Amino acid sequence: MANYLLIDFGSTFTKLCAVNSEAEDIIATASYFTTVDTDINIGYHEALEQLYEKIGNRIDFDQVIACSSAAGGLKMAAIGLVEELTVEAAKRVCLGAGAKVDLVFSHHLNKSEVKQIIEKKIDIILLAGGADGGNSENVIFNAELLGKMGISIPIIFAGNKSAQDEIIDVFDKYNMDGYICDNVMPKVNELNIDSAREKIRQIFLDKIIEAKGIKKIENEIDAVVLPTPQAVLEAAKLLSEGYLTEEGLGDLVVLDIGGATTDMYSICSASKRSDVIIHGLEEPFAKRTVEGDLGMRYSAPGIIKSLSEEEIKFINLEKEVNIEEEVNRRYNNVQSLPENEHDEFIDQFLAEMCAYRAMYRHVGRIEEVFTPMGKVFNQKGKDLTDIKYVIGTGGVVINSKDKLGILVKTTNILNNISELRPVDPEFMIDQKYIMAAMGLLSQKEPLLAIKILKKHIMEVRG
Amino acid sequence: MKTIVIGVIGADVHAVGNKIIEYTLHNAGYNVVNIGVLSSQEDFINAAIETNSELILVSSLYGHGEIDCRGMREKCIEAGIGNIHLYVGGNIVVGKQDFHQVKETFEKMGFDRVYPPGTPIDNALSDIREDLGE
Repeated sequence: MANYLLIDFGSTFTKLCAVNSEAEDIIATASYFTTVDTDINIGYHEALEQLYEKIGNRIDFDQVIACSSAAGGLKMAAIGLVEELTVEAAKRVCLGAGAKVDLVFSHHLNKSEVKQIIEKKIDIILLAGGADGGNSENVIFNAELLGKMGISIPIIFAGNKSAQDEIIDVFDKYNMDGYICDNVMPKVNELNIDSAREKIRQIFLDKIIEAKGIKKIENEIDAVVLPTPQAVLEAAKLLSEGYLTEEGLGDLVVLDIGGATTDMYSICSASKRSDVIIHGLEEPFAKRTVEGDLGMRYSAPGIIKSLSEEEIKFINLEKEVNIEEEVNRRYNNVQSLPENEHDEFIDQFLAEMCAYRAMYRHVGRIEEVFTPMGKVFNQKGKDLTDIKYVIGTGGVVINSKDKLGILVKTTNILNNISELRPVDPEFMIDQKYIMAAMGLLSQKEPLLAIKILKKHIMEVRG
Repeated sequence: MKTIVIGVIGADVHAVGNKIIEYTLHNAGYNVVNIGVLSSQEDFINAAIETNSELILVSSLYGHGEIDCRGMREKCIEAGIGNIHLYVGGNIVVGKQDFHQVKETFEKMGFDRVYPPGTPIDNALSDIREDLGE
């Protein structure tokens, strides 16, 4: 028998989840504001006290492990050569590793771009470019410029293998904190995630959590093992694929609406159809996209930013609100929770917008092409039409009185035939907010983690 | 090893010849990057940049080659690979037009080698050897 304490140091809340392996269940959960600006221990201890109170006594934990997205999460810059190829591959690797991709650059870097890397306080740079045996001039130029400009943050080289030796020389010449990995795109349109992703995780654990003041907690706990989004991705994969005797749910999508970002995860192959021609870079089986401009608090203004003046007026008229005022109020008070029905109404509306837009950007597209040989289908991105489950997580979804209203926005409500959105999925909810915790637990006890996931991820009906 | 990007341009799904070209050039000792059917000009150019390719070999079998290939050289110049060798072959125009005229049209568009219908890929191979110096 073992007691686990699983912690998620989130951007706003520190969430605790206690698990007992014999009961194969959660003992209790608790949360408190994340206090990484002062001392991360304060928020943790407040949450821990709450947890002990719920349990009724102070139990001992055999293992205490954590994931973190506190202090801005893991901020990365993805650099490649051609936008649709190595740049996109680099971006997908960063996202799959649980990072936020704050900067994306293609071709030769210039000085102002390198300055942005410094100004935006990027944590790690992923430097790609060139298929194996292909272009090496570009990536060497970029490494050289980063060196000359005195970039001292960790740089992962994951480009053309033929450029590796020269890149190592550049790293040595400028005394850079460089790391070498397998190419993210060894052949045109072939994606290779694992090596670079693992390196990102290692650097995150060795260096980034210390720089962000999260390491202070490591005297009290065993280890911080993952960035939070990667923990959620691990949980989604486990729930989809199953483990040993526990069957998985099959193809699924997870929607996580947070204060700063909206994350979308899909666990499925790019297409099951034999009558389509798939174009572009290979799609990862477990794919994550993150929208930094869609969130309930820090990023609330972003939700309405792309709307025209007319659309905003229309919303204000129809919903009888002042939507601009509402999003600004949320942006200026990120810890606020809905206090009345009006607040709930606005949060519901914003969450529905996040769900719709995040899926719009995540999902693949299909178009009919008429050729002299007849009609063919041309597909880009992932086909999610056959997805069995759409699972909602994140405070606003879990606490909503109309969860289905949010989740259904991931489907094709506007009947746009080119978007390959889920057609007739079942909707489920991460009622106890445990996905990140179970992703963590899956690193130690996958069988236990999937059993608990299946117990607590509940179906939502209209 | 020199790299050649091949593919079928436009709304064209003729895949058989494409496979034969890949097979032949591969056996001749080239690194062949095959981007397949239904490919756009950008797909060819992007692949050529990432792989440092010296030659793009465009196939077009459905008669719309002229529309599909228009502006390709200009795009290569914009993308920084203006000196790349551009070849085109297949049934690149509709009907039985005078091939000399067709050739001239495509040469004006910036294609270095233009092949009439029914040219075996082995014929093009000697041109490739000449142009790439291998």
